[in-house]
Amino acid sequence: MADIAVKGGQVAYEDAARRARALSGFKFRDTTFHWLTFGAAVAVLLILGGVIASLIYGSLPAIRAFGLGFLVSNVWNPATDHYGALAAVYGTVVTSFIAMIIAVPIGLGVAIFLTELCPHALRRPIGTAIELLAGIPSIIYGIWGLFVLGPFLQQYIQPALIKAFANIPVLSTLFAGPPYGIGLLTAGLILAIMVLPFVSAVARDVFDTVPPLLKEAGYGMGYTTWEVIRNIVIPYTRVGVLGGVMLGLGRALGETMAVTFVIGNADVIPTSLLAPGTTISAAIANEFTEAVGDLYTSSLIELGLILFVITFIVLAISRFMLMRLERQGG
Amino acid sequence: MSFKSFVRTGLVAAAAIAVFAGAQATDISGAGATFPYPIYSKWAAAYKTETGDSLNYQSIGSGGGIKQIEARTVTFGATDKPLDSADLEKNGLVQWPQVIGGIVPVINLDGIASGAIALDGPTLAKIFLGEIKTWDDAAIAKLNPGVKLPSTAIAVVHRADGSGTTFNFTDYLSKVSPDWKAKVGSATAVQWPAGIGAKGNEGVANNVIQTKGAIGYVEYAYALQNKLTYTKLINSAGKTVAPETPSFQAAAANADWAHAPGFQLILTNQPGDASWPITAATFILLPKQPKDEAAAKAALKFFAWAFDKGGPAAEALDYIPIPAAVVTLIKKTWEDEVKGADGKALVN
Repeated sequence: MADIAVKGGQVAYEDAARRARALSGFKFRDTTFHWLTFGAAVAVLLILGGVIASLIYGSLPAIRAFGLGFLVSNVWNPATDHYGALAAVYGTVVTSFIAMIIAVPIGLGVAIFLTELCPHALRRPIGTAIELLAGIPSIIYGIWGLFVLGPFLQQYIQPALIKAFANIPVLSTLFAGPPYGIGLLTAGLILAIMVLPFVSAVARDVFDTVPPLLKEAGYGMGYTTWEVIRNIVIPYTRVGVLGGVMLGLGRALGETMAVTFVIGNADVIPTSLLAPGTTISAAIANEFTEAVGDLYTSSLIELGLILFVITFIVLAISRFMLMRLERQGG
Repeated sequence: MSFKSFVRTGLVAAAAIAVFAGAQATDISGAGATFPYPIYSKWAAAYKTETGDSLNYQSIGSGGGIKQIEARTVTFGATDKPLDSADLEKNGLVQWPQVIGGIVPVINLDGIASGAIALDGPTLAKIFLGEIKTWDDAAIAKLNPGVKLPSTAIAVVHRADGSGTTFNFTDYLSKVSPDWKAKVGSATAVQWPAGIGAKGNEGVANNVIQTKGAIGYVEYAYALQNKLTYTKLINSAGKTVAPETPSFQAAAANADWAHAPGFQLILTNQPGDASWPITAATFILLPKQPKDEAAAKAALKFFAWAFDKGGPAAEALDYIPIPAAVVTLIKKTWEDEVKGADGKALVN
């Protein structure tokens, strides 16, 4: 104490200088950090903008040649240099739709089981197994679909479907033969397996956000487990679940490798789900390497642009829903 | 050895290697067609052990190969679909066939062995148009008297990916069937009126193996290596031929190369009693006035070596070497057309 008092002025001055140095150092580091992270965020936006810009630029020859007709024409004929996106868009939408019809109920079922009914010991293994499905590379799904699932459907499932629906007006067209084993339905099935983990993981997470108080109140009123899920859990998490479904849909729309193995790759609009079709990403992957000529290449890029727009819309909707859910407070 | 001296030795060594490599070997780069990739890489390996020159070939597809050579980002481009004279002129390129392959129809029918049935062009076109629906159709039966054909439905399998194989196959169908020419035409990918598309030769082969009553088309090498059941074909001379090296070579030898500017000749439906009707050449594209003269020179050396010494390697992989008479024409073209900045021929 005494020492300090003796050389008080000097010490105080040095302290102040040191503190100022330290503070300006902190400030500098903070500012740098701020700009670095800001730069990273802007870079992502720039890359996204660049992708959109180059897609549009690459599509220009096709847009000039076909205009809006590109969207409604189902001619895809490299021999005459005439292109239209309808068959590919149709296949993309139909396969994703089939995938969702199958994956959403199963995914929700898995999530409900894991959060409400599953014994604690089993929770982790089952959850991990489902998440492992998401880790399988898509090429593996494709090969499995071609070698195992396709022939299995061809021999056992499809003939039965054709026979069962033969006399029912609309369904007989939907399930008209011959059973190729590969086609829209098989592609939809593979996609369903692929998006299942996304749907169930998101659903499980949002089901966990339901306040126990609400559920207990429900049970207190004499609800059965089913009624609690039906009247409390699902309504409470509706938006979040929808966001998860959209996430899965976004994935299904863009899947390439697995689909091209099992869809049959025919540039047509089949009325039967058992018939071969094509999707946007399969068409691009199949034809880009050997696309000779500007218009051909440009049409493939425009297909990519359409897929980008569709996926962007779907993902934007899902983001928006998840955001609304967060604003609700869980 | 201290860190400093270690670095110094490393630098010296690296410099030495660089100088040595610069003096010894030229790097030839090429890009394009996937069909000749196995033979080009096999030739490149043999050539490197013999001369030290290395060739880096990327099989990115014919379309990509054409784009890259037009942009001059590679020494040579490779394409299954020959460019026409106008395109060659516009981009200042010279083109020649480098190796030949065959395309064969493959089928899957119980009790029918390889070569047991023959088809002609118009019938093949009708099958792929979806107009002939069963194997016991009168059109097929008429060509195969004495063969017991099943009533199995025909399942058409075609390539889904753009490919030179499809280009040559549809080119043949366009030549023998006006109906096909009007409705479908020929290209690396077409709007198929029937059947399912499979990715690559392996995809087509696989689908044919899995589906009773299927018919597809694959590279000859692929049919051979996978022991697929092939059909014979009736050629433009009306003779029934089997797919084998002599019949592919006959098609190449009987073609009128001398009157094809830029060697723009598609080998389908060629004249001659022994010619296999769906034979296909794959082409090389080289700038007439290369930017990198050393690399172009090395590339020409490599291709000359492949013509002179690469035959056995090609045959081992079930490709067919270009007939000698055609090679003479090609070498003359190099002398006349590929020039350095000083206006002298690059071939020595």
